[in-house]
Amino acid sequence: MSKKPVATRAEPETTGHVWDGLREYNNPLPRWWLWTFYITIVWALIYTILYPAWPLVNRATQGLIGSDQRAAVRAEIARFEEMNAPVEAKLVAADPNAIAADPELANFVRNAGAAIFQTNCAQCHGSGAAGAVGYPNLLDNDWLWGGTMEDILFTVTHGIRNTTDPDARFSQMPAFGKDELLTPEQIDQVVQYVLKISGQQNDAAQAAAGAQVFAENCAACHGEDGKGMREVGAPNLTDAIWLYGGDAASLTATVTNARYGVMPNWNTRLSEADIRAVAGYVHQLGGGEAPANP
Amino acid sequence: MWDYVKLIALGAVTIGAAIAANYAHDLAYMVNALTVMLAAAVTFIWVLRHAEEPRVDRSHEYMDGVIRAGAIATALWGVVGFLAGTFIAFQLAFPALNFEWAQGYMNFGKLRPLHTSAVIFAFGGNALIMSTFYIVQRTTASRLWGGNLAWFVFWGFQLVIVLAATGYLLGATQSKEYAEPEWYVDWWLTIVWVAFLAVFMGTLFNRKEPHIYVANWFLMAFIITVAMLHIVNNLSVPVSLLGSKSVQVFSGVQDAMVQWWYGHNAVGFFLTAGFLGMMYYFVPKQADRPVFSYKLSIIHFWALIFLYIWAGPHHLHYTALPDWAQTLGMIFSIMLWMPSWGGMINGLMTLSGAWDKLRTDPILRMMVVSIGFYGMSTFEGPMMSIKAVNSLSHYTDWTIGHVHSGALGWNGMITFGVLYFLVPRLWGRQGLYSMKLVSWHFWLATIGIVLYASSMWVTGIMEGLMWREVDAQGFLVNAFVDTVEAKFPMYVVRALGGVLYLSGALIMVYNLWATIARQPATSPAAVPVPAE
Repeated sequence: MSKKPVATRAEPETTGHVWDGLREYNNPLPRWWLWTFYITIVWALIYTILYPAWPLVNRATQGLIGSDQRAAVRAEIARFEEMNAPVEAKLVAADPNAIAADPELANFVRNAGAAIFQTNCAQCHGSGAAGAVGYPNLLDNDWLWGGTMEDILFTVTHGIRNTTDPDARFSQMPAFGKDELLTPEQIDQVVQYVLKISGQQNDAAQAAAGAQVFAENCAACHGEDGKGMREVGAPNLTDAIWLYGGDAASLTATVTNARYGVMPNWNTRLSEADIRAVAGYVHQLGGGEAPANP
Repeated sequence: MWDYVKLIALGAVTIGAAIAANYAHDLAYMVNALTVMLAAAVTFIWVLRHAEEPRVDRSHEYMDGVIRAGAIATALWGVVGFLAGTFIAFQLAFPALNFEWAQGYMNFGKLRPLHTSAVIFAFGGNALIMSTFYIVQRTTASRLWGGNLAWFVFWGFQLVIVLAATGYLLGATQSKEYAEPEWYVDWWLTIVWVAFLAVFMGTLFNRKEPHIYVANWFLMAFIITVAMLHIVNNLSVPVSLLGSKSVQVFSGVQDAMVQWWYGHNAVGFFLTAGFLGMMYYFVPKQADRPVFSYKLSIIHFWALIFLYIWAGPHHLHYTALPDWAQTLGMIFSIMLWMPSWGGMINGLMTLSGAWDKLRTDPILRMMVVSIGFYGMSTFEGPMMSIKAVNSLSHYTDWTIGHVHSGALGWNGMITFGVLYFLVPRLWGRQGLYSMKLVSWHFWLATIGIVLYASSMWVTGIMEGLMWREVDAQGFLVNAFVDTVEAKFPMYVVRALGGVLYLSGALIMVYNLWATIARQPATSPAAVPVPAE
């Protein structure tokens, strides 16, 4: 700023109006302010000549450089689709079990599958695929409906217990307590039995009685030994992995009310290539199983 | 005679509201109807007790009672709004604060509109109404027009706030940002606002000064434009006159456009034009200097008023809104930069020759910092409206940071300054209880804003970059939850900024209370005298 002493400047004129002691100087507009204002106006006018701007009777002016947001998005999507088309075609044509062995497909599945998983699956299964209460962990080798490439592909394609795909995997545990299929006492017994076969602390007498209840009511799906049955998505009850908790209170709630999760069928939302990619991604996370009959 | 008309009307409202509550279709409507019944009944009793009282001619006195009430309401609603804001900031950092036992009432989704409405309309609105009533009387040298109409405006506006807030918590909302209240609250606010306009215009017509002071131009623009915005954006058809639900007249992208035409101009005319009116009176007053430039105030007023109203589409960049409308929204926002800064220049340059006062006067310091934040956010706003910048900033916390540097910095700080200015004068006290506490308030609020704004810039730009990150094959790299996780530390910083700001406001409330309760009184209240 000016180094001259301020005091030498003449006091500017006021407009002469006074309100409640308030007065106004009649200073001119600051030059830099005015010129910046003019520049923004000129820039704005130039911009409206270049880009779609002024609405007319039938449509707006389209601008000289032909800018179109929708076309730009379409072009960008098309660019990636075109780029990925060969590898996606190869993925769809490949034997699902051979994907892991092909470096190009394995790489695509790891990257594309991860992105598809983060966008569509992470909401329930977690961004690290470790699951949550009620949503299975996909990192381990404990599978409800099977962990081979074919099994996972089928699950992702058709989903579980949804009403939108007739081929969805389906099973339903009875609500033994709510529907009075078992007495509260029987439920306590069978819960103690499940605690026993899963290697937890239990009441030996009740567990012994529970064995009978289990054999009559649960074994049909969970198996005589309680190790589960993948055909009906019945979980293994002898390990330490629990979808809804393995303590006595959680087990009692499960037996009383029955619990079952729902998964959408992704065949209406994802392409075949996307489904294969995400299935391949899940398969290679750690728990994927080899095909049953190689 | 007039008293009996009032009694009949109030009795009819009381009974009507009781009937409406009895047949209400939903809980929110019932609670709101009961609130209206109670308010009408209390007013009925008040009018009854004061009926036929001899009228005292007070036309030679300023009407300051309603302004005192406004000052109390402003301070109290401010604390409520800041408290709600700080709490929801902690809810975002620690979701467990969405307590299980309070689901449906105190979760983030219910409290967020409560916070925004409390700070913008309850705190900001009361500050504006209070300042308007004060400024228009002083600069016209005449008493508020319309007798008790000013009191009707004050209490009517408090009723709007209570109806809106209880409605939100019970689920009555039309889901339009900053315009959440349902149809009957909108109708009532329209009545109150027209009364506000009448008081203002009536006083202005009665003025004893030949010219209209610049602050009043801004206040008039604020009142008229807000009425227009409010009515158009809330055009809706009630599903039933006995229920809270209504259906919007506009739909799809038209509805979005009308909403952001409203939303942006709520910022433009409520939080900018209205508060510039406050600035134009209280800053020259506190600095005891003439306004820098009359020419600048004319030019920037008309430029601001003309340009602001077109800038709304910049809230809808890269959406279903046609390209041409986005372009217009953007260029009008850019052209708005200098007109906005005109107010900043006029405010800051008013201090030329009086800068030394900043060392000794924390109230003036507060006002100057508020003008500084005004300048910063009115630069940031046009910048964020540029499509290329917006493609990074939109939907991120950057927007939240921008809004808060404006709201906490500009609107909050100027309002604090105005309260410190007004309270000793309105209650006839010899100065404030403690200038040291004002200094504490100043530093707590300033540091709070800096923590808030800078943490939101960091998270905003970070999440914008994370969202748009794609790998070589065109797939997104980050899940949404990755961005949420990455933002956690900054969310804590933001919440701490809120704590500082809230504590500053609590100190202010104590200081103002102590001023009223403990400071010695001055000689009797001022009498309006035309200056020339």
